[in-house]
Amino acid sequence: MSLRSELGRVKGLGSAKQGLGHWRVQRLTAVALVPLALWFVTALMSLIGAPHAAVVAWISQPHITVLMLALVIALFWHLQLGLQTVLEDYVHAPWLQIITQLGVRGFAVLGALAAIVSILKISVGVN
Amino acid sequence: MAEFSLPKNSRVEPGKTINAANGAKRARRIKIYRYEPDSEQNPRQDTFEIDLDKCGPMVLDAIIYIKNELDPTLAFRRSCREGICGSCAMNIDGTNTLACTKSTASIKGDVKIYPLPHMPVHKDLVPDLTHFYAQYASIKPWLQSDSPPPPDRERLQSKEDREKLDGLYECILCACCSTSCPSYWWNGDRYLGPAALLQAYRWLIDSRDEATGERLDALEDPFRLYRCHTIMNCARTCPKNLNPAEAIAEIKKMMLTRTL
Repeated sequence: MSLRSELGRVKGLGSAKQGLGHWRVQRLTAVALVPLALWFVTALMSLIGAPHAAVVAWISQPHITVLMLALVIALFWHLQLGLQTVLEDYVHAPWLQIITQLGVRGFAVLGALAAIVSILKISVGVN
Repeated sequence: MAEFSLPKNSRVEPGKTINAANGAKRARRIKIYRYEPDSEQNPRQDTFEIDLDKCGPMVLDAIIYIKNELDPTLAFRRSCREGICGSCAMNIDGTNTLACTKSTASIKGDVKIYPLPHMPVHKDLVPDLTHFYAQYASIKPWLQSDSPPPPDRERLQSKEDREKLDGLYECILCACCSTSCPSYWWNGDRYLGPAALLQAYRWLIDSRDEATGERLDALEDPFRLYRCHTIMNCARTCPKNLNPAEAIAEIKKMMLTRTL
């Protein structure tokens, strides 16, 4: 029971003065992922049946390495932003909100790092 | 936790049936949601079979007929009966709209009527809109200007600037859009919703207003503005054919523009 005015409830803690950054990066990564994903899938299709050494040589080309890194960074960033929105929308218990948000962020950062390290290892040939 | 099922006391049970059609040519079943929070009983769905030739053409005429002739305990809001006051907003045939401008003949089969979705219900078709109105008040829906008005006349606005308000000033705050928005259902306590945001945009682009920056500051929030995920239910349901989703997109564009 609270006798607080409805307007006071609506004003709450005030505006967070953020949200634009999230919105902008989500759209930028979405736009970047369209050509990157199309390129990646077509490139993989052309490599079907190729021997291991040929695929390693393909990834090791500097411009391919750069595109691969751009793809995984955009992908994991976009994934994290999207899942963050889903959790904000549907999860309403504060403790669960914190746990799941941390979990998603941890997964995205570790997943991105793992992908980056893997690409670099193939690219520079350290085994 | 996320909630996936309705609380037990909000499950709608079958109610009474009143047949007043007596084999009329244009008989129609009107199924109406009934709820009385004080009775501690679950909501019911009452069925009234009526002769459409005995009442006017709109759904509002039908429920006024039911209240006058069949069941005076039926509660609903209405006033202007011509789509300008917004009082009779309710969920008819699965869509939020105004009962006074929705013709009964345009509905196929039984006419199902519920209160606006996901709002607390005072009684039957009367939702509690206190929070909705407070959200409207929070966007400061009035002209804010540091420049004093001319001493001998009103503030002037060019024809072109006035035209920017078309498609916005017509909003009657009936709450059809906000209560059709899933984002507003799940986070309506913090998300302002399409109606309040359309009104916010109406003041953001008013050439006479000088508080544009402060207005944008107050809106820049992950919940107040950015809970809009462009679902578009608002534009689809608006009984005045306005497009709140477009107004919200324009606000997001203004947010971006001031950083470029």
